[in-house]
Amino acid sequence: MELFTPSFGLVFWMFVVFVLLCLLLGKFAWPAIIKMMSERADLIDKGVAYAQEAKQHMDNAKAEADKFILDAKKQQSEILREAARMKAQIIEDAKEAATLEAKKVMDAAQLSIAQERKEAELQFRNEVSAFAIQIAEKLLRERMANDKAQSQLVDKLLNELETQN
Amino acid sequence: MSVAAVKASDGHAAEGEEQEMNIQEIIIEHLGDAYGWEVPFSHENRIPLPVIVNDSNGAWHMFSSGRVTGGDTYVTSDGVRYAIAHSGDNKGKVVQLLADGTEYRPVDLSITKNVAGLIISALVVILVMMSLVRFYRRNGMKKAPQKGLGAVEALVEFVYDGVVKATLGKNAPKFAPYLLTAFFFIFVMNLLGLMVIFPGGANLTGNLAVTLVLAVCTFVVTNVKGNKHYWKDIFWPDVPLLLKFPLPIMPLIELFGIFTKPAALCVRLFANMMGGHMIVLVLTMLIFIFAPFGPVVTGTTTVVSMLFSLFMLLLDVLVSFIQAYVFTMLSTLFIGLATHDPHEGHEEKLEEVKA
Repeated sequence: MELFTPSFGLVFWMFVVFVLLCLLLGKFAWPAIIKMMSERADLIDKGVAYAQEAKQHMDNAKAEADKFILDAKKQQSEILREAARMKAQIIEDAKEAATLEAKKVMDAAQLSIAQERKEAELQFRNEVSAFAIQIAEKLLRERMANDKAQSQLVDKLLNELETQN
Repeated sequence: MSVAAVKASDGHAAEGEEQEMNIQEIIIEHLGDAYGWEVPFSHENRIPLPVIVNDSNGAWHMFSSGRVTGGDTYVTSDGVRYAIAHSGDNKGKVVQLLADGTEYRPVDLSITKNVAGLIISALVVILVMMSLVRFYRRNGMKKAPQKGLGAVEALVEFVYDGVVKATLGKNAPKFAPYLLTAFFFIFVMNLLGLMVIFPGGANLTGNLAVTLVLAVCTFVVTNVKGNKHYWKDIFWPDVPLLLKFPLPIMPLIELFGIFTKPAALCVRLFANMMGGHMIVLVLTMLIFIFAPFGPVVTGTTTVVSMLFSLFMLLLDVLVSFIQAYVFTMLSTLFIGLATHDPHEGHEEKLEEVKA
């Protein structure tokens, strides 16, 4: 039967056409197509990896930013606390210095008061002694108004001199 | 078809036996080869194709098939007479009429309908693949092909990644050109065979010569590229000694298997495609078989036959793809078995496990 007996001509041409097609496509088409497909697959894989990495980076950056903000907040409160502490310190110091200064002034005042008093006392004594001398002179003048009393005094003084020598 | 109708309506006076004979002939004619290419709605007019023959004296002659298809005798300038035989072993073939009245069948390398179909299919494959390559060259990595070329690329990837690479591993680039060419050539031939009019209609993959060449190519590639493990498995397989020593039972079976594998490839493709064509033809012919039974029966048969034909043709589109795929897959498998290095495969598996 014709259907089951391959004809020589067709076998020959099929062989020629098929081998030529294989060589032609094998040289010009398949390597280029396969290369392009695998390159594109690589590119897509790389793109996906890159995107994932970028996402990770972004997540990391966000976490880092959060950490920075937290740090900054902590630092801020630290600084504030420090400032409060320093303020208290300064006030304390100022108070102390003021007390010291006041004490110094007071001491100086006391000293000068004491000095003044001493001087006043000295002056007072001098004045008192002057008064006493005046009083004694007056008394003496009254008492020496009579001669008898004068001679008595001379005697007495002489006596005293004698006894002294 | 028009001729069939005429014959069928003529034949309602004649015997049913003769009618069946006619129908069988028509089916065989449609499945077989021809020197010209039919055009629709005319059985007499055909697209002429070159006839190339080598006569009894060893001289080559080339002439248009139109000079002999009408039943005419063509006389070449050097007096050699050619005609198409009407009976005998060479029925339907170009023969040389010798002076003593006998017929001589010359070596026939004519570009018949099937050969022209082969060339058209090859050109279609080249055109499609080269346009894909040109697209790549023009667009580089910037753009992936869309629509038609995208489908072609997807198909290439389907065959290459899914079949060739998956089976052959690192050997894939070496055999990919043959396997991809086989797939696309068979696929295009199958689809063109389903088209009714020029440039389709040549029953290529349903012709034993075509599938034979394809199977022989797989056979040659498999056995030429087969490594020592492949040959050892054939002549000294790992079976009990009694099965291979005094009587080489297993080696004989294995040796037989070398030939049955490609033979199965050849017959599978041939039978599937020819079967599909034949069913569609028979379904169409049913209309003419039922023609003598009146318009009601004929009308019903026409509708039913057409519906079934349509269904079968759609099924054949699926079969076209499946058979091209199966041929490629089995070829890949045979080549893979022949080039497989068991130790290497073991290492690869270990690496996979590690990974």
